[in-house]
Amino acid sequence: MKNKTLYQIECRGLALSYEGKNVLSNVSFSVSAGDYLCIVGENGSGKSTLIKALISLKKPSGGEILFGDGLSGKSIGYLPQQTAFKRDFPAKVREIVLSGCLGRSKAHLFYLAQDKKRAAYAMERMGIAELAEASFANLSGGQKQKVILARALCAAEKILLLDEPVTGLDPTSTKELYSLISSLNKNDGMTVIMVSHDIAQSLTYANKILHLDRSVKFFGTKEEYLASNELGALLGGDGIE
Amino acid sequence: MPQMSLVPFWEVTALNNIFASLGVYFSYKFVIFAFIVGVLVSLCASLLGVTLVLRRCSMIGDGLSHVAFGALAISAVLGASPLAFSLPIVVISAILLLRISENSKIGGDAAIAMISSASVAIGVIAISLTTGMNSDVNSYMFGSLTAMEESDIYLAIALSVFVLIFYVFFYNRIFAFTFDEDFAKAAGLRTELYKTVTAIITAITIAIGMRVIGAMLISALIIFPALGAMRVFRSFKAVSICAALLAVISASLGICASCLWALPTGAAIVAFNAISFLLCSLAGGIIRYGR
Repeated sequence: MKNKTLYQIECRGLALSYEGKNVLSNVSFSVSAGDYLCIVGENGSGKSTLIKALISLKKPSGGEILFGDGLSGKSIGYLPQQTAFKRDFPAKVREIVLSGCLGRSKAHLFYLAQDKKRAAYAMERMGIAELAEASFANLSGGQKQKVILARALCAAEKILLLDEPVTGLDPTSTKELYSLISSLNKNDGMTVIMVSHDIAQSLTYANKILHLDRSVKFFGTKEEYLASNELGALLGGDGIE
Repeated sequence: MPQMSLVPFWEVTALNNIFASLGVYFSYKFVIFAFIVGVLVSLCASLLGVTLVLRRCSMIGDGLSHVAFGALAISAVLGASPLAFSLPIVVISAILLLRISENSKIGGDAAIAMISSASVAIGVIAISLTTGMNSDVNSYMFGSLTAMEESDIYLAIALSVFVLIFYVFFYNRIFAFTFDEDFAKAAGLRTELYKTVTAIITAITIAIGMRVIGAMLISALIIFPALGAMRVFRSFKAVSICAALLAVISASLGICASCLWALPTGAAIVAFNAISFLLCSLAGGIIRYGR
């Protein structure tokens, strides 16, 4: 790419469409190292489409996405929505976490020692080291998400991209997963971009907010967002408890 | 009966007879050909089946086998070589099915159902215009021991070598893209390429195996071993190995049974596949109950 950016990710006037219909238009925002960005908005506001564009699953119909800091779409650790993978899939936890290393050892057919080390570290970090040989299908919902997060961690150079990571989890697992993500952000310096329905949690952990509704309704720091009108609009005038 | 227990099993007359008559059958070249093709095709189908079943697109095998039936029938009418004629048609259909199910508004399952029934209709019309329903047609549908020629063997060997190399060397990639296509794509894997290759080798497997196994039965070889293995094992590697073993054992037993009791070859192989699936379900149930 000719254009350079000082940010890790910068979108300039991005437009995305499905079958000729515009889903998102004129989206501009930036993500710096160490940011915790929450993308919020109603269903159908284009959040998932934007995510797909960031990991190059979808080509923009206009504008551009720039990566700085030596990154590319492939060095993002992606955690898809839970419908993307199969819950009853016959696989060991280790097999799944290791598959996160695929993007980095492209020239090699098999995993290298450093990939195995990386996977072991990711499992350790997520507190699932003792589950390495367990079967994925037998795990609880919370454990499954930790496995998928560990896989994302294997793929992540500096950025984690999480698409509704806590949907369907019980309150304890939700809290645990949020604090794991927050600690990756604070202690490991991992940039976090998260799509979330959970406004209250987003406002607890994030430092930046991107509010989408077919285009950018708001982009800025959490403090600015709290002072803006957009939050109230999203909550339907109920305010946060 | 104390003496009975001292008689080793290979001297029991019934078994002796079975082995003796199997020996006679296997002195015929065509039986050996059918055996080799049947076992290799089963092996390929089972490995492809693991990824197809897990990606919920095993119906593509069913659709392709119906296309193959139509192509075989037309080749018989035209007097063309069955394999040379049907192979390209089935491969093209595989690519088409993949494209249709991804890009169009017709759902994948509906697209497969349309193409299946249209192919069978064309095949049946072709047959009725010429010979009518005869034993040839019967063997297209349910398989025959005598259909294989020497050239088919080389094709079957080449195919299975390719499938084994593909599966072993790209194992990690096949795993990743079977488990989560979006993630694999985001990691830079060319998932479209893998999908197309899988569909094409599935098509070739079906075209080669169809005359031994039968067009109506061959999709069972894709589904049964994978599902059976998944009843017992919980890791991708173990499921792959177990499915391959189940397929090879079922095919060997099926062809032997087909020789001994003059059963239709495909039906015998599928029956053994079904039995192995039931045994796996039972074993799986016992393992889970034991925990």
